[in-house]
Amino acid sequence: MSERCAVIGVGQTFHAAARTDVSIAGMVREAARRALDDASLDWPDIDAVVIGKAPDMFEGVVMPELYLASALGAVGKPMLRVHTAGSVGGSTALVAAHLVTSGRHSRVLTVAFEKQSDSDAMWALSVPQPFSPPLLAGAGGYFAPIIRAYIRRSGAPDHIGIEVAVKDRLHGLRNEYAHLHMEDINFDMVRDSIMLWDPIRYLETCPSSDGACAMVLGDEHAAESSQVPPAWVHGMAMRSEPTMFAGRDQVNPQAGRDCAADVYRQAGISDPRREIDMAEVYVPFSWYEPMWLENLGFAAEGEGWKLTDSGATSMDGGDIPWNCSGGVLCTNPIGASGMLRFAEAALQVRGRAGEHQVDGVRRALGHAYGGGSQFFAMWVLGSEKP
Amino acid sequence: MATTSRATGSAQAATAQAYQATYLAAAQDALRLASRRDRFRPVAVVSFAQSRTVEREDHLNEVEMLMPVVAEALGAAGITKKELGFVCSGSSDYLVGAPFSFVMALDAVGAWPPMRESHVEMDGAFALYEAWTMLQDEDMDTALVYSFGRSSPGDIRRVLAMQLDPYVEAPMWPDHVAIAALQARALVDSGKLSEKEMAEIALRSWHDAMSSPTAQVAREAGLEELLAEDYLVSPLRPHAVAPVGDGAAAVVLAAGEKALELAEHPAWITGIDHRIEPSSLGARDLTVSGSTRLAGIGAGVVSPGADDLGVTGGAAVEIPEVDLAELHAPFAHQEPLIAEALGLDASVRLNPSGGALSANPLMVAGLARIGEAARRVMDGSARVAVAHATSGPCLQQNLVCLLAAEAEAGGAVSGRGA
Amino acid sequence: MSEVTMSDPEVLRAPHVLEFPYSRSVGRDLGAFFTGLVEGRVLGASTRGSPDRVVVPAREYDPITGEDTDGLVEVGPGGVVTAWGWTDHPLEGQPLQRPFAWALVVLDGASNAILHVVDSGSHDAMSTGMRVVARFRDPAARVGSITDIECFVPEGSAPQADRAAGVEPVTVLSTPIRLDYTFSAGIAQSSFLRGLSEGRFLGQRCPRCGQVYVPPRGSCPTDGVPTTDVVELPDTGTVTTYCVVNVPFQGQAIELPYVCAQVLLDGANISFMHLIQGIPADQVRMGLRVRAVWVDRDDLVPSMESVRYFEPTGEPDAPYESYEEYL
Repeated sequence: MSERCAVIGVGQTFHAAARTDVSIAGMVREAARRALDDASLDWPDIDAVVIGKAPDMFEGVVMPELYLASALGAVGKPMLRVHTAGSVGGSTALVAAHLVTSGRHSRVLTVAFEKQSDSDAMWALSVPQPFSPPLLAGAGGYFAPIIRAYIRRSGAPDHIGIEVAVKDRLHGLRNEYAHLHMEDINFDMVRDSIMLWDPIRYLETCPSSDGACAMVLGDEHAAESSQVPPAWVHGMAMRSEPTMFAGRDQVNPQAGRDCAADVYRQAGISDPRREIDMAEVYVPFSWYEPMWLENLGFAAEGEGWKLTDSGATSMDGGDIPWNCSGGVLCTNPIGASGMLRFAEAALQVRGRAGEHQVDGVRRALGHAYGGGSQFFAMWVLGSEKP
Repeated sequence: MATTSRATGSAQAATAQAYQATYLAAAQDALRLASRRDRFRPVAVVSFAQSRTVEREDHLNEVEMLMPVVAEALGAAGITKKELGFVCSGSSDYLVGAPFSFVMALDAVGAWPPMRESHVEMDGAFALYEAWTMLQDEDMDTALVYSFGRSSPGDIRRVLAMQLDPYVEAPMWPDHVAIAALQARALVDSGKLSEKEMAEIALRSWHDAMSSPTAQVAREAGLEELLAEDYLVSPLRPHAVAPVGDGAAAVVLAAGEKALELAEHPAWITGIDHRIEPSSLGARDLTVSGSTRLAGIGAGVVSPGADDLGVTGGAAVEIPEVDLAELHAPFAHQEPLIAEALGLDASVRLNPSGGALSANPLMVAGLARIGEAARRVMDGSARVAVAHATSGPCLQQNLVCLLAAEAEAGGAVSGRGA
Repeated sequence: MSEVTMSDPEVLRAPHVLEFPYSRSVGRDLGAFFTGLVEGRVLGASTRGSPDRVVVPAREYDPITGEDTDGLVEVGPGGVVTAWGWTDHPLEGQPLQRPFAWALVVLDGASNAILHVVDSGSHDAMSTGMRVVARFRDPAARVGSITDIECFVPEGSAPQADRAAGVEPVTVLSTPIRLDYTFSAGIAQSSFLRGLSEGRFLGQRCPRCGQVYVPPRGSCPTDGVPTTDVVELPDTGTVTTYCVVNVPFQGQAIELPYVCAQVLLDGANISFMHLIQGIPADQVRMGLRVRAVWVDRDDLVPSMESVRYFEPTGEPDAPYESYEEYL
């Protein structure tokens, strides 16, 4: 059985470095309640709940879905908890979508969150462990050498990373839910920010945020009874490869390419740049935009930075806007970051993105990745029933 | 189902009444799922492998633990990793004390070329459920499900305390034995179970485990010896508590015709469902397992009974005669509670593997129940078997899986498309 | 790594502490609940709808239906034990460090039980249905935590709690969490680490694809088979890529800026990250040939810390093509 599936409700919290006004339950409910309201539904209308987040060490709660079952109205229902590192927000949505496409459930609530301020994200992501090589440089130290390799390979000029950092912050100014609202962002400001992990500057990195995202996914009947246009799932895919292995291409991982090929095949897309109207892609360091432009087939290998440089990925005149929400560079509650990408794609297709709406979006890509660029989750949503 | 609590006041009765309303709505939904079971693509367990559960596995890292288990499961199914449509695993970072512990574990599969793969921070039984939903998609025919659990590196009584409410419960470090003791007490008080019966369950489990090569505790013992033990937390004595152990397990699933290619006698999953209880222990009636009952209704193991007032089905659901059940009861008192919820009478053989009291590697034991039940369907010793997995304090979350030698629920022998 | 033990001839073990002082914002209703505890009273929240109930502790949601709750209600301090379990051996961090009972207690006026402990003195003094009352800590000792109720005691044996007024609202709950683990390195990694304590790099070769892994994890990540052939590698290699670190990182005592590089040992098929020293940070480049600088012979340990850093060998840089596929 393979039923159609659509996003019929989207909600997210206001994001901040520390949401000190809410408990963990209060925070996930804020997102879930908005998604239910958006879908004109209430807790009893939901058949199953799928929740995702990154490591439990962030909040110091073991398998927190057990504690959150009541808060999410899941009593008496099936509830699943997904954890696939940074890609988890995307994977969680895909697991929820399969509960619908399998014909199992009609309306599924999916939620992803991280309350990073309960602890410290740097600590939780890299708890020092015996026998593991000492952590020499933190999270950026892992990705900076990969970015250097990209720059060497592609010959990209230094200002590309700066341009992405500025563009996504400008986009974020239009998103009331975004964590960072940098009114005065400009090229010089990013260029002059401290070089944390050369070649990564401070303003080329993502913040650490508290926040949650939720969606209601529905079957064909639920979608057609929706008062707001649904965003139909045209394709969804996940791929994984090992963290490290001999000859692994970390700049342009095969798993990402395979995942994109799969999701495009399902959606009948042969030229993503032309056939997709906007993309929300997981870009935690600004250089990942040109890298993913190539990995996702929007540009030929080595050419991604030229697309960025041309302004094509900007909402202001670009033909393929990326990260209209401001992306991970503006908002990064790790476990929810992937779902925020998936949800933004839904908002755009449904025409519900407010000030960061791109006109006439018929098809949008949502993307998440995690681990050492090894776990990928993607979906393509469309305004037309597939 | 007795969702009425022992009356300690009208106030508590109101909680029971609210639960009853929620329960009945869920039962309606579960019954709807059961009545539509034949619309799902048939999926079967075609192989199962499990490591021996040991008190402390410190020679091997998780990859070294998993590799032989994964190799054995794939070998028994006669497929290579490249043929896998999907891979899903279950584990918990806090057991080993390291974030992202599942990431390196994937090396045990050799995920290259890239694979469709996912992970739940839950028992592997829930990973199997996810894989089952993925296999409803016609473009994949096989899935590998694995899980690993190492409890020995840490102190499980502290680690599991952190599953409770982080604001009002966990700060008191209530260990899982103490929490389970509250449930055992409620059962003893209700007259459903005695301490002697708990000891008898342990004796039977350990005895049965003597024929299992993977069990951790397998021995004969005397009832008086067990009842003379000091309480860990009354009324629970050590024998009524599952041993702490390390282990790994893997299952290969296949859909439709592929299952018949890969196994002579696949164990068809003719029903599967899982349900969860309120997060607050104090809002639950611990003497019943409503969520097990709901999952049992959804899996087509049990019909809503006279107590499930108000539940009416669409199509009638045929309930098969069950030969044996593998129930995930980490505490002795939970086995009869689960059996009761699933309507399993004395004719059903419970936990022939020795169950969780003989081996309970966390995150693995639930998947192993499905594997053990499936093994007995595949070897012909059972025609219909029930498997159950649990997660959380006092059976908070429960999964029920119905396995049968025939693909059609209660129907004739037919490998679809065979 | 000084605490590494080799209690087994094959496998290394070491203690691991997972510790963090979590600081939890509590939100509206739990905030009221904790503030109430400081005041010396217990608050629940009333549910709307049928039937009306009082949820304890106060929360913004009904634990059964998930619906919003509506308004606070004081309950207790007396109540009834509905289930209990006696322990003679309290564990670290538990509310009482003498024998006590865990209990579910339905406070007067509440619709559900809460989890707490009862100090009854003995197992025999416990019974289901017994009346108990909350014993609060002294007002000065209350911080806004569930343990502001020290325990419950049989009714009649505790004076009423002193109420406190003018209490600052509680917004944050501090919950320090410490878990102790014993890590084991596993067979393959132990062999590698023992090699380091002898000043040697011991990698492993995959029997199927022939690739050499260092550090080895005992398996080939692409073939999923054990790697059993041990291969000793030289301590020279090539910088494949790197970054210059300008941010002080937790626990890092090296002078800024410093270079972290991916080093591909000669004969290995995978690089690992290490420090590059003995060359100004701005002169490090991809392709730089480097050699390990080990700690003094007597200071060698079974850890990567035996290698202080890598420094230039002075050889010409390796051509890009020679390491391109390891990026």
